[in-house]
Amino acid sequence: MTATEPEVETGVAINVDGVDVIANKGELLIDAAERHGVYIPRFCYHPRMKPVGMCRMCLVEVDTGRGPALQPSCMLTVSDGMTVQTESDVTKKAQDGVLEFLLINHPLDCPVCDKGGECPLQDQTMAFGSGESRFVEEKRHFQKPIPISDVVYLDRERCILCDRCTRFAKEVAGDPLIHFQARGNETEVNTFPDEPFSSYFSGNTVQICPVGALTAKPYRFKARPWDLTESPSTATTDSVGARITVQSSRNQVLRYLGVDSDAVNWGWLSDKERFSFEALNSDVRVTSPLVRGDSLGTPSDEGDQLVAASWPLALRKAAEALQGVAPERIAVFGGARMSNESQYAWAKLAKSVLGTDNVDAQMGDGLSPDLVLGLPRATIADACAPGGTVLVIGVDPKETHGSLFLRLRHAAENDNATIVEVSPTGTGLTEYAAHSVRTKPEQLAETVTALLAGSGDAEASAALAGDFTVVYGPGTLSADRSVIENAIVSIAEAKPNATFLPCLHRGNVMGALDMGLAPGVLPGRKVLGTTPAGWDRAPSGRGMNTAAMLERAASGGIDVAILLGCDPLTDFPDAALAEQGFNKVEHLIAVDCLLNFTSTGADVVFPAASSATEADGTFTNIEGRLSSISRKVTPPGTARPDWMIAAELAAALGSDLGFIDLDELWADLNTASSLHADISMASVVDAGPDAVLLSGSSLTAPSSSEIAKSAGSDDGLSLVVTRKMYDEGTMLTFSPSLNALSGGASASMNPVDIDSANISAGDEVTLSNDIGSISLPLVANDDVTPGCVAVEFNQPNASVAQLLDVGRIVTTVRVESAS
Amino acid sequence: MAIGDYVPHAPGYVETPGTKIVTSRFTYEDSYTMERYEATGGYEGFKAALKRTPAEVHGETRDATLLGRGGAGFPAGIKWGFVPEEVWPRYLVVNGDESEPGTYKDRLLMERDPHQLIEGCLIACYAIGLQQCFLYVRGEMAIAQQRIADALNEAYAKGYIGQNILGTGFSVDIVLHWGAGAYIVGEETALIESLEGNRGMPRLKPPFFPAAIGLYGQPTIVNNVETLANLPWLMSNSADEYKKFGSETSPGTRMFAVSGHVKRPGVYEVEQGVTTYEDLLYGDDYCQGMRDGRTLKAFVPGGGSAPWLFPEQVSLPLEARPVGAAGSMLGSGAIMVMDDSTDAVKAALRLVRFYARESCGKCTPCREGTSWEEKILQRINDGHGRPGDIELLLDVADNISPGPYPVASHESEGLEAVPFPPKQTTICPLGPSSVAPITSAVRRFRDEFEAKIAAANNAEVSP
Repeated sequence: MTATEPEVETGVAINVDGVDVIANKGELLIDAAERHGVYIPRFCYHPRMKPVGMCRMCLVEVDTGRGPALQPSCMLTVSDGMTVQTESDVTKKAQDGVLEFLLINHPLDCPVCDKGGECPLQDQTMAFGSGESRFVEEKRHFQKPIPISDVVYLDRERCILCDRCTRFAKEVAGDPLIHFQARGNETEVNTFPDEPFSSYFSGNTVQICPVGALTAKPYRFKARPWDLTESPSTATTDSVGARITVQSSRNQVLRYLGVDSDAVNWGWLSDKERFSFEALNSDVRVTSPLVRGDSLGTPSDEGDQLVAASWPLALRKAAEALQGVAPERIAVFGGARMSNESQYAWAKLAKSVLGTDNVDAQMGDGLSPDLVLGLPRATIADACAPGGTVLVIGVDPKETHGSLFLRLRHAAENDNATIVEVSPTGTGLTEYAAHSVRTKPEQLAETVTALLAGSGDAEASAALAGDFTVVYGPGTLSADRSVIENAIVSIAEAKPNATFLPCLHRGNVMGALDMGLAPGVLPGRKVLGTTPAGWDRAPSGRGMNTAAMLERAASGGIDVAILLGCDPLTDFPDAALAEQGFNKVEHLIAVDCLLNFTSTGADVVFPAASSATEADGTFTNIEGRLSSISRKVTPPGTARPDWMIAAELAAALGSDLGFIDLDELWADLNTASSLHADISMASVVDAGPDAVLLSGSSLTAPSSSEIAKSAGSDDGLSLVVTRKMYDEGTMLTFSPSLNALSGGASASMNPVDIDSANISAGDEVTLSNDIGSISLPLVANDDVTPGCVAVEFNQPNASVAQLLDVGRIVTTVRVESAS
Repeated sequence: MAIGDYVPHAPGYVETPGTKIVTSRFTYEDSYTMERYEATGGYEGFKAALKRTPAEVHGETRDATLLGRGGAGFPAGIKWGFVPEEVWPRYLVVNGDESEPGTYKDRLLMERDPHQLIEGCLIACYAIGLQQCFLYVRGEMAIAQQRIADALNEAYAKGYIGQNILGTGFSVDIVLHWGAGAYIVGEETALIESLEGNRGMPRLKPPFFPAAIGLYGQPTIVNNVETLANLPWLMSNSADEYKKFGSETSPGTRMFAVSGHVKRPGVYEVEQGVTTYEDLLYGDDYCQGMRDGRTLKAFVPGGGSAPWLFPEQVSLPLEARPVGAAGSMLGSGAIMVMDDSTDAVKAALRLVRFYARESCGKCTPCREGTSWEEKILQRINDGHGRPGDIELLLDVADNISPGPYPVASHESEGLEAVPFPPKQTTICPLGPSSVAPITSAVRRFRDEFEAKIAAANNAEVSP
């Protein structure tokens, strides 16, 4: 290119069916035609995967100056002057021929096929096919269907071998566990023997299958597509906020489908996001208020069990418990599972009506709201920018933020992004990271500081010399949060241009922070110190976080505890402290969909409508993106949205939150939070899949001098506690398809440490310290930092929470043979 | 059976008069040893090449118009020139996955003169300027694999391969790779996939040809065994000497593997272009005519994928262009001869079955269409044909290879030849190859199909 030529990229002029159109440079013909209203039929082509040109359905006659020839439009990049015939006799004959070929061995069992009614093969046969088969021989037969994973079934007779599922497994998920096997007419998709398609993302293959070959266990034979109605919504399982559509029939949610949001999840979902709605259809949902009662089901304060009660009775009991209690003796736990609206209502109830700042949506595995809300925020697109650099610290996105993992993996594999990982153990990203730096948890901040100063791992230091994005999480559950906070703050101080993507745990945790459901903050990312407009008052002193509230409770300092859809006895890292705390609380009030270990001990339980499918609302993701959640079905029994319960309780306390419907709630929120001032629920819904990005914060992140420094650890190995996608969490426990998938806990150690400890991999070992001891199998893993032992949290075979003490910088353990 | 006891299952090499360029050592018992090879001028061509610049060696090859011997007949010297400049590394891949029905010439070259192939590889590597060559040998060819492996060891030991070859500073490594036995891997992009450890399925080209983006995403030249086996002689002599053989457009000699109903089947090295099918099939020095005094019914002129030719076409020269214009292809040089005892339906069925079984399953028309063709032919042959089956068969074929398919002329019926190549709805030519026997047999021997259908008894298969 000479200097005089214009730098501006112009479009490519092509002619489709006699109409001149302008395509984008580098665009595939199939996309260009579709953008201009000409749909070319296809099966194998998927816009989020590399084209393979295998099904041949998208053949069209293309003339690039050498005469018309049949070309697969999914493989052909537009070029100037290209003439395309999508309706010519030659094109039609080729497409009809391909369709006939696909159908000769396809069992026409559409009446019993889950895909019937939404099947691309069926639709295109109606649109393009000849209507009659000329094939008189017997069709190809396979055993049908076969399970290829715990949630996915494969019917090889229906399969048209488009390579979508196999490409997804290899290219997108990085789990190449399904393959083409045999050849010619005998070709089939299958797994290797004894190696199931155990991918966290297997459900996506069901969604992209263009026929009914892949079906998902939770949806098989549940509905016909024409009986389903759907609403756009957001997956609330983790804090990525993947966009979905919720489909239901006869007032029952039957299926989630991923929606292609360019900003968020590109249409993909983790299986946990996709299938955990099953828990909401559980028979054991709380359908009416529960209070203490006797074995005959009569409410009685001396009763030793929970019995059904009326709403007025339950509200009265709760109000009586709260009446007259000093604000500092009230503790509110949880709320991260609720919608923004419900979080706002409960924040207002707690901070304005009850006057307490002892409110924490994070279960001891979180980070300070000042830090999270004060740091300059990155978007997922920033973190996954082509050619960019991203530092991942304190989080394993594959386990806890599945759809974000797929984006990061894509960036590293396809867009030349550089991932630098700092972690005590290997993660799902280690395989894709350009540099993985291992460190003991207590040395995290020192390691990061050294990397940024150029004195650490040389290659990783060099990669971090320029600008980068930080994807961070709370780190190991066995360390005090100051450990990771020190590391994060030192990055922010050393790199003023760095932006941060917080990967906190639990669905709408970012909404909870934005709405003030955390100690020290008010709605709209503000610190305490003012009273939001429309509020009667706001706490003046900073309240306690979950760990501090439990410690206070254990010493008898909490009279009433409120559980907002949480289970601290299972979920709080320090099991002993949680138990001591709740044993001493006088009154326990729970708001939840399902009873759990903690709420079964409550005095009053309010049945909540699921914030995922039974109440309208909004969700705030890790980027600060506000997206809609739709009410798709009616809640069971008399369950109500969480915000409504807050409003009712306020009324029972003789107060008024100032709203009785969502419009009024939003009007209240608009005045109370400048961050949400110009937004309405309708505007969030209208914004489409990419939703509304909120930015700005009046909080400032603490400086490094404000965070306690880590002290040296005791003797023994530093314990690293990691989270897995499948654990004993409430939603997973009540999801029949997922509840058996938790793999169990094991102790992973570096082979160096194993050798010197006189134990061997495969042994049953005992991990013990002055707090407790657990037994579990030992695994050798080169990716574990020497001096550490890594254990998965909340697994069925062992509870590592029995070893943890949140008061320590890092919990240490001894490892011995169990025999 | 030990390799030493190996008995070739196909006819072997037949010695004929005239200068031999690639089969000159085939008559020696120990033709595959380094000792014999060096005693008969071995590695002299490579040494001569090393004394010249790579560009000169490349130029000499281009000047010789050395046509590719794998089937497509593309000039090797021009193909080498497609490698983009200044892109490294680049690779040479030798296509020794000879599996085209009727073709068994490369196997003999690899079994009987492996050093000649290795020397050819070295010359090509020098000319293209690359340091890594992969020898991909078909899975079933155990003896070829063994002899190439031995020859590579000998050549490494003698310093012909490796670092700083013969003190010239030129270095190259040659790796022997065994295939797993799939016809489709003879297609160059499928071969590259297989070599990378993937399932052997062709890549779509365009957009990218291997010379630009091939093995491991790098520029890759894929050459046939026989093509490379010509290089030692060419370098020991010259392009001018080379062009003294054969015709102007197709210089040199070429190996033809003749099988079927001739008196003396086997592999023959003859001059291209100037020799005719008639010379080869009927010549006293060659195949000596039909066996048992029968007459020629049809012959496949260039491997199973080639449309059939008939007695009136035997005067065609052994040269790509005229054979292509006559509606077939010179292809891999495999000639399969059918005499008048041949059942045309059965012959077509046998060939189509091969393609149906070897389809890789990647693209729909080939995966489904070839086996459908086989099923229809099987039905007709088994006496269960139905009226309309011939039209169905031709239409199924048309959906794999749309438009008029290449076919020989049929003058008595006033039908013109349709020149090669066919069009395709598939990714690679495997699917269209299955159409060749169908259109050829139906056009010429439709009465045999009709007779079988007329005699069919469908009572037992009627639905």
